Order: sequence, then structure tokens, then C-alpha cells
Amino acid sequence: MTELICIVCPKGCHLHVDEENGFAVTGNSCARGSEYGQTEMKNPTRVLTSVVRMSGGSAHCCPVKTNGGIPKKDIFAAMDLLKDVILTAPVAIGDRIVPDICGTGIAWVATKDIE
Amino acid sequence: MRTEYDVIIVGGGPAGLAAACSAKETGAEHVLVIERDKEAGGILNQCIHNGFGLHYFKEELTGPEYAARFVKKAKSLGVSVMLDTMVLSVERGGVSASDGAGASGEERPWHVVTACNTAYGLVRLTGKAVVLAMGCRERPRGAVAIPGDRPAGIFTAGTAQRYMNIEGFMVGRRVVILGSGDIGLIMARRMTLEGAKVLACVELMPYCNGLNRNIVQCLNDYGIPLYLSHTVTNVEGLQRVERVTVSQVGSDRKPIQGTEIIFDCDTLLLSVGLIPENELTKQAGIPLDPATRGAVVHENMETKEPGVFSCGNVVHVHDLVDFVTAESQRAGKAAAEYAAGGSCGAGGRELSLKKGDHITYTVPQSIRLKNVEKNVEVSFRVNEILKDMEIQVLDNDKIICRYPREYMAPGEMEHVAVPRVLLEKASGDTLCVSVAPRKTDQVPACPERNENKEVLP
Repeated sequence: MTELICIVCPKGCHLHVDEENGFAVTGNSCARGSEYGQTEMKNPTRVLTSVVRMSGGSAHCCPVKTNGGIPKKDIFAAMDLLKDVILTAPVAIGDRIVPDICGTGIAWVATKDIE
Repeated sequence: MRTEYDVIIVGGGPAGLAAACSAKETGAEHVLVIERDKEAGGILNQCIHNGFGLHYFKEELTGPEYAARFVKKAKSLGVSVMLDTMVLSVERGGVSASDGAGASGEERPWHVVTACNTAYGLVRLTGKAVVLAMGCRERPRGAVAIPGDRPAGIFTAGTAQRYMNIEGFMVGRRVVILGSGDIGLIMARRMTLEGAKVLACVELMPYCNGLNRNIVQCLNDYGIPLYLSHTVTNVEGLQRVERVTVSQVGSDRKPIQGTEIIFDCDTLLLSVGLIPENELTKQAGIPLDPATRGAVVHENMETKEPGVFSCGNVVHVHDLVDFVTAESQRAGKAAAEYAAGGSCGAGGRELSLKKGDHITYTVPQSIRLKNVEKNVEVSFRVNEILKDMEIQVLDNDKIICRYPREYMAPGEMEHVAVPRVLLEKASGDTLCVSVAPRKTDQVPACPERNENKEVLP
């Protein structure tokens, strides 16, 4: 039995994951919590956020996020992909900045409209 | 330029935008948001991390995405937004008999908002109702009296966040963070991801002030140590921070000699609390609650000044923007109703809320029964980590409702919804919100946090 604090939402439920019982999750208050408990034990992932440089436009930086969870071991490799990216305005929310992060099929996408 | 409005909102962050949208949806014709920054969205613009909107939008958004949705909504509803404009004062103005009169025919004063910007200079705007949504600011070094040198490299966490996420500057390479507020934890991760080494997060109290999820995903994920019951006792450096001394503190929160740890670092971030920014409120003579440092408010977020409402972090500091949105929607709706001549529930029976055991404040501080539909939502914080307790609402010594909680912490705001039918039964004009150990025979089958399941005695 492993005790975890759920990070799916800011509520922070205290989860109990039973590894010997097919990773059964208790202590969660929604379905996403049970999913988190299982993934966290088998293959933990995180959504990453950062900013990339802009040239021209009304802002210096454009905020970006990964549009899905990145395996924890690939976090710093995913960050490295943004190092040399320079965007030109306009940028719209959801625009793909880096299409495939470390073969996961998950992309870095813009999270702000910049004109 | 129009100078007369139904509702004027001071502040274009999440609170102001939600209040504006709600006021419009309730039927106010002319709604104005005044924002001092160059864009609306407030602090959300620099909070590029995700985790916003799970309650309200039922999906996980980043700060800029959450802000963009409300900016868009305000625009489509026809809310006017005045950017780059500083409000200087909010005052009670003269009486306009024709327009400002309430439904009952009594005369109501207009509210005069004085503001300035580079386009119009000094402007005087009048509103039938005003919503104060100025948010809060960070406690700086001076407020926590850290001894030592005064070199470059000491930032509040939010300032560092703005430099990194909006301006695009890296603020340091080797970092110590004082305080375990959410912004500090978020910045610990942010700086680590951008290549800095975060040596320690230091918290004076024996518990973390941030959300549990942030300890897990910001500190534990990156192996950043959290020193509870510790504080910074010296800062050294001539031009730039070179060294920070951290000492353990006793139960009296005073440093213990001989426990010093020295960190070689170039940056010290402070995440030591937020102060509601109530200069305008004070100037207007509106009473503040010393416990929240925000205005004293009624159930619909109206302050003690009729027609002036307040919502969001300027009333009490929230952990989640979703709750700011919900609270501000109530304020916006009530402001629009007041502007349309509604009574806002004044004149009926009023219950004031008292703080009982373990409760540091309540919002609202008073409830006007006439104005409560089915439930009234009460928010508060507890003063220490509590397990297996129940929240009780007391009428003298009689419990009128109770809400079991497995776990409560000062870093996480609590909410209960008190049904109107129970409020009506109150014998006096004061209710007390208190926390007491849970009695096992009254535990319901499946108590869930924040589900507001009442268990009637």
C-alpha cells in the first residue's frame, strides 16, 4: 500500500494505492484521482509549462504547455527542445510549437494569443 | 467617452472580469472594468503553470488560458475595459433623483470613481454600483525583517515570476526560497526547469503554507528539500547575494543558536504571504476586517457601504482562481441588481458570524437572511493542521449544522454551504463557526472533502 497526494486538481486528495491488489485506489473523490493513482505508480507523467522567445509582436515571451503528460524521465529533454525556438507573431492558443516531444506524440503548444 | 455607468469594476484580473460578465448577464447595460496593467487578466498572465479551471471549466488550463476565456467572454458581452488606467479614489457622490433612485423611490447616492491614464488625463466616472476587485500584493522583505546585507538578488517570488514568464529574464542560478506559499513552490519548479539549482525551501511554520499538490509536484518531483520550522537569519553579499544563513526555530518561532545551515547562493526568493490591496477601500472609509485585511462583507459581497461590493483576493486571499470566479460572479450579480434599483436584502434580519475554535476568519462576516436563496456559502481558514474533525455552525451552544472533514490545513481554504432553513431557526443574531473533534457515532458512511454534505444533528 502506497500513500500518495493526488495532484490532478488543487483539492489534493490523500490516495492509497494497493499495488498487490491490481493498483486499486482508495481515498480519491473522482475518477481522475483513481487514474492518477495508477499512472503515478506505473508510469508517472507531468504536464510541463514554460515560455519561448518572441520576435516582434506585443510580448517578449509566449507561454507554452505540453498538451499531455510527459514521462517524468523525459522532463528535462522536453525542456531542452524549447531552447532555440523563436516565435514570430501572431500566435494563437493551441498553435503547435514543437510537434512531437521525445517520441511521445505529445506537443508543446502555445497558451496565449499574441498579436 | 462615456462617464456614467451602471457598474464600475476596479481591477481587471479574474475577480473583476468574472464580476463584469455576471453584471452584464444580470442585465446591467453599461459595465466598465478599469485595469492598471496594459492587458486584462491580472496575475493569471504570469501564472503560466497549469491547474486552473478544474472546478469552473471542468478542465485543466494554464493561467493565460483561463484569463483569455474571461477576456473573450467580457468582450462578447459588451463589457468596456479601460486599460493602463489607475484608479485614484472611490467616493460617495451626489444624489441623482431620476436615475439613481431605488425601486422604493428612496434616493441613492452615485459613486464617483476618479482615475487617470495617458489618453484622457484625470477622469471622474460615476457608477450606480462599484465592485472593488484590486487583488493583493506580496509581502516584501521589509515586512518580514530579514537581517543582513542588502545586495541585488532578493526578489519576491511573484516579481521573479514576472521577470521569467513575461519579460523573459532568468533571475538567478543558485536559489534559496523563504516561505512555502504556492507562488514560492511554483517558482522552485519553474527555476529548476530553466536550469537553476534550488537549494532549499525554508518555512518558519511547522507546516507548509502551499497546497499539498504543489509540495508533491514542485518540490518532491525535483528533490528540493523543504525545511519546516526554519527561517533565514542572515543574508551576505556585496553586490549580489553570495550566502544565506538558515536556522531552525523553536516553538516560539525564534531562531535556535547552533542550528545554522549556510547556503552558497546568488538568489533569495520570498514567498511570505499576500496582503489584500485595500488602499482605495480604506480611503473610502469602508470598514475592513483585521483578520482578512479585506472589507467586511455581507452574503452577496456587498461592503458596509451600500452599493459598493468587493470580491476576490482583495477580500481574502484565495488558493484557487475557480473560487475567486464563483465569489466574483455573486458580487457582479448583486451589483447589477443594486444598480437596477434592487434592495440587496438590506433591512431584514441580519446574522453576524463569529470565529470559534481553530477558525482564523470567515467570509462573509454577516448574513442578511432576506438575501439568501437556498444556501449561503461561508469560506474560512483553520489555524493549524487538523485531522478527523468536524466544522460546526453554532447558535449559542446549539449545533445547527456540522460538516465532517478528514483533513484540514491552514494552506487550504474551507467552504461550507449553510441552508437557509437552518439559519432561520437561529435564536439570536450571532452564529459561530467552529471546529471540534468528530464524534465517531455521527460519522456518515463516506465523508468527502469539499462536498458540503450536511449532517443534521
